[in-house]
Amino acid sequence: MNIHEYQGKEILRSYGVAVPSGTVAFTVDEAVEAAKGLSTDVSVVKAQIHAGGRGKAGGVKVAKNIDEVRTYAEEILGKQLVTHQTGPEGKEVKRLLIEEGCDIQKEYYVGIVLDRVTSRVTMMASEEGGTEIEEVAAETPEKIFKEVIDPVTGLMPYQARRLAFNINIPDELLGKAVKFMMGLYQVFVEKDCSIAEINPLVTTGDGQVMALDAKLNFDDNALYRQKDVFELRDLDEEDPKEIEASQYDLSYIALDGNIGCMVNGAGLAMATMDTIKHYGGDPANFLDVGGGATTEKVTEAFKIILSDNSVKGILVNIFGGIMKCDVIAEGVVAATKEVGLEIPLVVRLEGTNVEQGKKILDESGLNIVASESMAEAAQKIVELVK
Amino acid sequence: MSVYINKDTKVIVQGITGSTALFHTKQMLEYGTQIVGGVTPKKGGTEVEGVPVFNTVEEAVEETGATASVVYVPAAFAADAIMEAVDAELDLVICITEHIPVIDMVKVKRYMEGKKTRLVGPNCPGVITPEECKIGIMPGYIHKKGHIGVVSRSGTLTYEAVHQLSEAGIGQSTAVGIGGDPVNGTDFIDVLQAFQDDPDTYGVIMIGEIGGTAEEEAAQFVKDNMDKPVVGFIGGRTAPPGKRMGHAGAIISGGKGTAEEKIKVMNECGIQVAETPAVMGETLINVLKENNIYDKCKTH
Repeated sequence: MNIHEYQGKEILRSYGVAVPSGTVAFTVDEAVEAAKGLSTDVSVVKAQIHAGGRGKAGGVKVAKNIDEVRTYAEEILGKQLVTHQTGPEGKEVKRLLIEEGCDIQKEYYVGIVLDRVTSRVTMMASEEGGTEIEEVAAETPEKIFKEVIDPVTGLMPYQARRLAFNINIPDELLGKAVKFMMGLYQVFVEKDCSIAEINPLVTTGDGQVMALDAKLNFDDNALYRQKDVFELRDLDEEDPKEIEASQYDLSYIALDGNIGCMVNGAGLAMATMDTIKHYGGDPANFLDVGGGATTEKVTEAFKIILSDNSVKGILVNIFGGIMKCDVIAEGVVAATKEVGLEIPLVVRLEGTNVEQGKKILDESGLNIVASESMAEAAQKIVELVK
Repeated sequence: MSVYINKDTKVIVQGITGSTALFHTKQMLEYGTQIVGGVTPKKGGTEVEGVPVFNTVEEAVEETGATASVVYVPAAFAADAIMEAVDAELDLVICITEHIPVIDMVKVKRYMEGKKTRLVGPNCPGVITPEECKIGIMPGYIHKKGHIGVVSRSGTLTYEAVHQLSEAGIGQSTAVGIGGDPVNGTDFIDVLQAFQDDPDTYGVIMIGEIGGTAEEEAAQFVKDNMDKPVVGFIGGRTAPPGKRMGHAGAIISGGKGTAEEKIKVMNECGIQVAETPAVMGETLINVLKENNIYDKCKTH
């Protein structure tokens, strides 16, 4: 799960990690009020959307006075901001962060991620702040320093010092940089983050070390114990069909094609998309109904697929293990009876209770094209939507 | 011979009184797996499916002599359950549970350092040595005894591969699902080494997916350390970057972990990669024929 920058900064602040003072604003008037409450004359107006590249897209402006705050807030609020991460349609800005301006001396990068090779949490730092870390990694990998963290001890001060020295934080700011990194690690583990990225981390003219930007992503599997984080979810930032799916514990991702897919198991779901593409079709979605799906869940899954107007045909591909084929079949029948089915449907069933499943479909009287193998099923649906 | 489990493996089921665990305990018993006990705190002294239930893993092991466990405990308590099994010095723990927070698994991995237990999973279908022992949730009937090792990050894709092999008369020595999470107990290389060491395994299918670099490292291992033929498949060629494709570990981030990159490295290391999942079996059969071991592998 993602949150906005201003929410991330509030979490950081609560852990004693230095961030500039700032307030969220939903309207132009709120933005002006927020700017009046800041202790600096110069303030920064920052669009709050769940995507990077806001600065380059015109979503971040430095205002020298209150009038400029008003001008920029009017300009940015309600704007469709198009960045390299939003796609061409962009994202509408509905929230602003009004923040104190600061006298930046130098920009750095600090980030925490899980390193899959060592199965450990790892802190990375670089002197090349401001640029995307992937770019630095590709062009000048020697400028990225890493500390692998033992979960028993957590990040140790010597590790934070070593990082700070490696990225040439000035000696007089060493203590503040170490405090920052230690706090950031606390946030990462206590809030179940999947990414905690500060880009840039800045040193300022008045001797501060603070997070100018903050990107915190969270482990979806841990949200059950992070209720306060879950409260920060902004549904405006998500695809409505993905929200609907998540309410039923379905794993759904919208894609650009016209063949709706319903599959059990993430690996098979991906492979089904690949197979459709291989035969010249285009999948409209990734949808894993999961292992313990009920008839109700399958029905909902089917309705979500059908609610996508670009879908011109559906492929159901099930290899039952924990999932039983008869449950899938009942769900398909129930959903089509409820919402109607005017487009081609190809079903391939295999695995646990396959005979019962096939029988349910046969006896339903529905216009279903049955298929014995995955390749055949994919070819049939590609043919039918042409 | 086989890998990790065989007809003599004695198994306990952690979380045995849950509905999913009960269903699969029954299935495993029907398959012939020696389920000798179950563990659910406060249900000790009762019995389900004719299997005695204990309060702790330690007690279950003492009373039954089990050497393996399978974990169906809900995600919030699964890390604790794995550690309890490790503490009881079981040889093998297979964790079926999905959605375990990744920080919990980081702790589990650290806890297991220097301990004797092997963990398979989490978020996996389990391990099966056909016609001997099935531990997990896979449909038993699709498997046939034989000489091909199967190792996979995905449950249902494993079934797909096994089904294709069995239909073509090619049995399996053992099929191991290592799971779709970014932090898991057993990786491709562990299983590939075990298949290389198993005299009854003649060839291997390795099924990977987007995310991480485990497939690339495994491919290098195959090139350097294996003389048995290995074929592969990678799921997610069409997956968009930055989106988590169901499995917590299946994500292309920062341009890393793409199917193209994995397939390229696998090919460079001499592993033939099936173009679509529908031809995983066919791809293996062709390679077995090239290596003149097809007849040895044809079991029924």
